[in-house]
Amino acid sequence: MTFIAKPAFHHPSLKTNALGFTRRDYEGKVSTLCAGCGHDSISAAIVQACFEIDLEPHRLAKLSGIGCSSKTPDYFLGASHGFNTVHGRMPSVLTGANLANRDLIYLGVSGDGDSASIGLGQFAHAMRRGVNMAYIVENNGVYGLTKGQFSATADKGSKSKKGVVNSDSGIDLVALALQLGATFVARSFSGDKDQLVPLVKAALRHKGAAFIDVLSPCIAFNNHKGSTKSFDWVREHNEAVNRLDVLMARMAVKAAYEPGSLTEVTQHDGSVLLLRKIAEDYDPTDHVGAINYLQQAHAAGEIVTGLLYVDPEAEDLHDALATVKKPLNALSDAELVPSAAALDKINGALR
Amino acid sequence: MSASISAVNDFVVKFANVNGSGSASANGLFVKAILRMGVPVSARNIFPSNIQGLPTWYEIRVSGHGWLGRRGGVDLMVAMNPQTWDKDVAEIDSGGYLFYDSTKPMPTDRFRDDITIVGIPLTALCNAAYAEPSKRKVLKNIIYLGALTYLLGIERGVVEALLSEEYASKPALIPANIEAFQIGFDHARATLKPLGLQLRRSDKVGKRIFVDGNTAAGLGAVYGGATVCAWYPITPSTSLAESFISYCRKLRHDPETGEARYAIVQAEDEIASIGIVTGAGWNGARAFTCTSGPGISLMQEFIGLSYFAEIPAVIFDVQRGGPSTGMPTRTQQSDILSAAYASHGDTKHVLLLPEGPNECFEFGALAFDLADRLQTMIFVMLDLDMGMNEWLIDPFEWDHDRALDRGKIMTAEMLEAGADFGRYKDVDGDGIPYRTLPATHPSKGSYFTRGTSRDPYARYSEEGAVYVDNMERLLRKFDSAKAIVPAPIERRAPKKTSYGVIYYGSTSPAMDEALHQLEAEGLAVDALRIRAFPFAGEIFDFIAHHELVFVVEQNRDAQLRALLINEGGVDPARLVKVLNYDGSPITARFIKTELARGMEIATPRAGEMVR
Repeated sequence: MTFIAKPAFHHPSLKTNALGFTRRDYEGKVSTLCAGCGHDSISAAIVQACFEIDLEPHRLAKLSGIGCSSKTPDYFLGASHGFNTVHGRMPSVLTGANLANRDLIYLGVSGDGDSASIGLGQFAHAMRRGVNMAYIVENNGVYGLTKGQFSATADKGSKSKKGVVNSDSGIDLVALALQLGATFVARSFSGDKDQLVPLVKAALRHKGAAFIDVLSPCIAFNNHKGSTKSFDWVREHNEAVNRLDVLMARMAVKAAYEPGSLTEVTQHDGSVLLLRKIAEDYDPTDHVGAINYLQQAHAAGEIVTGLLYVDPEAEDLHDALATVKKPLNALSDAELVPSAAALDKINGALR
Repeated sequence: MSASISAVNDFVVKFANVNGSGSASANGLFVKAILRMGVPVSARNIFPSNIQGLPTWYEIRVSGHGWLGRRGGVDLMVAMNPQTWDKDVAEIDSGGYLFYDSTKPMPTDRFRDDITIVGIPLTALCNAAYAEPSKRKVLKNIIYLGALTYLLGIERGVVEALLSEEYASKPALIPANIEAFQIGFDHARATLKPLGLQLRRSDKVGKRIFVDGNTAAGLGAVYGGATVCAWYPITPSTSLAESFISYCRKLRHDPETGEARYAIVQAEDEIASIGIVTGAGWNGARAFTCTSGPGISLMQEFIGLSYFAEIPAVIFDVQRGGPSTGMPTRTQQSDILSAAYASHGDTKHVLLLPEGPNECFEFGALAFDLADRLQTMIFVMLDLDMGMNEWLIDPFEWDHDRALDRGKIMTAEMLEAGADFGRYKDVDGDGIPYRTLPATHPSKGSYFTRGTSRDPYARYSEEGAVYVDNMERLLRKFDSAKAIVPAPIERRAPKKTSYGVIYYGSTSPAMDEALHQLEAEGLAVDALRIRAFPFAGEIFDFIAHHELVFVVEQNRDAQLRALLINEGGVDPARLVKVLNYDGSPITARFIKTELARGMEIATPRAGEMVR
């Protein structure tokens, strides 16, 4: 970590977005993670993504669990309210926050220890409920804060820094999210910002449960030979199925592409996802196809990245509950407290 | 043979049934018929953790005087369950009555000679009238209702009207039910004489309503402005969530669009339930969960987060018999300590202790004001007896000029005006800081909420002095709660006495009767009903003004007494435990006997824990 506070002033030529904010307005406190940590790259990608989609920083709520990854919401979007909850329980707290005010954008940040072990149940149920959020798991396969124990996403046969071989099967959160009904599922790598930033942008603008599994090597405890979550291993086995560009609204696409090589997906809010195919037979709107493809690639030892699945017509928990458009936390006494006549009627029915 | 009990509008009837046999609706009609005759009744369902086949009892106290607690003892046993026959027969007071199905002859040694035996060939009557097994099963209950109507002098027209109302939505069932009722009534009239226990029309019910505390608490949450409910089914709290659901459907939809002004999630477990509540409370919605003891155990970590990070939340704990799975369908007051000091580290939580459905409604609404005002977890401590049994109570009342108290919320205008916002800063000296809701202001007022130690401006800090300041402020806040939680209610004896009694919760109706009886016998004891924790100073004044104070509770370890000793530094020798914890609601007879014994007055009858 660095001990030097970032100066607040910045170069006057720094680019501004449609709201007049610079990238610096999306930053947070100085990170306390290890120098070179993959998580800091993800924080930087979140900053970049929020800047690029012209998000008002205070309109986002950032929530996390416990662990290295869960500390990061303090390091981006300093103008947003943040909530560092309890271990593995960010999904339920975020669900409640979302129910209280449907107008905000919700970003959940978690790690593999937080989401794949103690929090596996809450992860699953938030996905199947379709809570409107972007849920990022910063996945390094290891417990960093307690110094190097395997997490539940560590692959079977991978080796710890101390030389222990993992005998448990690794949990694939992407496969789970797909099976559980997440309506936006992606995987990326903290070392590939060009791929990650558009995925975060698209996830933040997706309506419904959007999940991104980001492989994020732990520089201190899981970056050695024999690990399948090290920088080298992930680079060597990374098989991107597509490249994504996010357009804020529909507009004429200027660049020329080979016919059939570009997929356009329009999300609920009008944002357009432009997907350039890399794997020729991969269709990210085909749910069953995506599940099959991932299983086959996994068996072949590949780490498939990119936008793996999207349902642009997805509905969220508020749709299912048919709640009012006005945030529940803004309802007036008159909208909440029934009348005297109503109580008389209730009393009458109990005689 | 002792003389048969003779009583008008003052006796106890107990139905011994088999779970799942359809007896509940017949027994419910029996109670409603008595209420419609203007005679006060209390009814307690004693049921197993089972859907079909195990024993279940329904105990009805008829009291023209209006005593609504359990009296103790049984005057008429309606013994419909062969599994529990011997125990049921043994429970009848001497001179009482046994009503049974005489279709099959019973050996004489299975009866008692000090009670009146009333046999009706129910099965034979039922089988002669109906061929279908489903009808035989259900209508047998209506046949005994008919017989009891004759035997106890219930007005026949009242029951027939109730049968028609009961099946108003399925009118095809009305004639069969009326017919079964008549079969029982006519057979009893032709073969038996009315019992010594009789009902006479009265006017003692008035405007009162008959309702259970879970229904009342769910309605209280609606009036208290709750918008988010996350819950997980657990006996005996499930019907509280169901009440909220049902009243929200009726009362909380936008009249224009039909959309819901509430969100209810049946979560995957108790931990997710309280997590959802915590998130909603953090974001400014009024949120609650309802659960029982096992749920409180599971929620501990979040309860500590609510305390330390100061997030408004409400838990309705409908207490049941513990520990572990314990006695899931029996009543106790055994979560007092686990709620008061829930979670690791130094914590204390506000508890509200309603005495019955009226206060379930009142406190059910108040809890949300207190949660917002104090920015912390508020427990409303019901129990199975008040939660699941219907009690005869005064109608619900609500002051329609009352505004919801949202507590100290810092607005964008205040921030613009230059307010120095520190999320955990004590600006008013009451220990209660201001909070901002997410998205209040584009550049001011945001903060990071965490369960770790922090300074008054919500910045992470592990400095000892900073930590201690914060913990001391939390104590000041808890002290501030004393003035705004429901005050204790004192009832002085007509003459000066050095004896006092402290009680709380569902003990109230039995205590009311026991105090009346003691007074009638010239025994004076001052009574104090505690309605909340933290304890107001007057509670310790009350203890100081009496030489001996009985503390009546429905748990083994005298948990409220322990809390009094711990919080008030009271000499334990001056607090006498009076404990009923076998899972059945406490009785007036038990309280009276124990108090009299404690005052060293010889009593004619030993106090049993429960009858």
